[in-house]
Amino acid sequence: MLTYAEKIRELSAQLLREDKVDMVIGFRKGSLPMSNEPCMVKNPGDADKLVWDSNCGVNLASYLTDRKERIGIIAKGCDSRNINTHIIENKIKREQLTIIGVPCTGMIDKRKVSNSVDFDIIEVIEEADKVIVKGAGSEQTFDKKEVLRKNCEVCIHPNPVVYDEMVAEKVDINQDVDRYADVREVEEMDSDDRWQYFEDLLSNCIRCYACRNACPLCYCPTCFVDESQPQWLGKSTNATDTRGFHFLRAYHCAGRCTDCGSCETVCPMGINMRAFTKKLEKDCLENFEWQAGLNTEQRPPLDSFNPSDPDAFVK
Amino acid sequence: MEHMGIEKDRLHFSWISSAEATKFIDVVTQVTESVKALGPAKKFVKAG
Repeated sequence: MLTYAEKIRELSAQLLREDKVDMVIGFRKGSLPMSNEPCMVKNPGDADKLVWDSNCGVNLASYLTDRKERIGIIAKGCDSRNINTHIIENKIKREQLTIIGVPCTGMIDKRKVSNSVDFDIIEVIEEADKVIVKGAGSEQTFDKKEVLRKNCEVCIHPNPVVYDEMVAEKVDINQDVDRYADVREVEEMDSDDRWQYFEDLLSNCIRCYACRNACPLCYCPTCFVDESQPQWLGKSTNATDTRGFHFLRAYHCAGRCTDCGSCETVCPMGINMRAFTKKLEKDCLENFEWQAGLNTEQRPPLDSFNPSDPDAFVK
Repeated sequence: MEHMGIEKDRLHFSWISSAEATKFIDVVTQVTESVKALGPAKKFVKAG
């Protein structure tokens, strides 16, 4: 991890110095433990601010939308897939980008960590596969595997699918994971239980829209929830409106979501946001053999018609 | 919609050409019957 950061600083400073890019989008240390924040570095001298550890869960592709500059961007597997999605959707041009690929070893779920310790966390240090959590006078060590985000546990694309530079050798891919166990669990419920499952899931939602703002797919200039003429949805935390927001947003991500987990990472209420998008992701894979953002050549399923598309639901 | 917990028989999709009057009648009858059997919607209804 430390070597990643050094290499990222070195490559970023070099790109800026040689005037190959106008800025580099990466992460700097946040003011709280386990919360690195995205930043844009424009001077080679500032490249030292860039960091890389297991708290870089936010998807940086969000910051590319409609940018005109030449940009260097640090990309782990999911970011790279969202960069491809941005390119397909004409939100950025490949020629503008210099992609610094990071083979990802998974990101930490800060909620998992803070729920597992009974002290206030002052510092979190990573050493190899261990995560050392420090408080005032106390310390606890976890295996990184125990505290990974749920989407990182089942990730099968940790290596960037598109890049110009790589900061390290690609990491081994664990193909032997059951990606959709959680979705199947919901599918097997009857309709009332499913209704209740989402009712419980959303009961905490405060409609802050952090999920939408962090999502690289949510780049509409005016989101449907913010429209007032017509007003598609009520703006309060009414259960029906909240459900309307989450399901509509999920539909807007159909065939585009890379399961990067940004929405879940930024949710201040700890809602399992991926429960909405993951079903659609599973359907896209099963019905259209589609995984979003793997290349820029193939058109997305909602963008192309094939006579053999499944249509059993149409009577 | 089904995944969210809306009853299976409440939502229907069909493709009917303007020339397919009989199919239109059949589908509408079937939709009406299945929705009637379910009774009034209780889910996704905004109270007040």
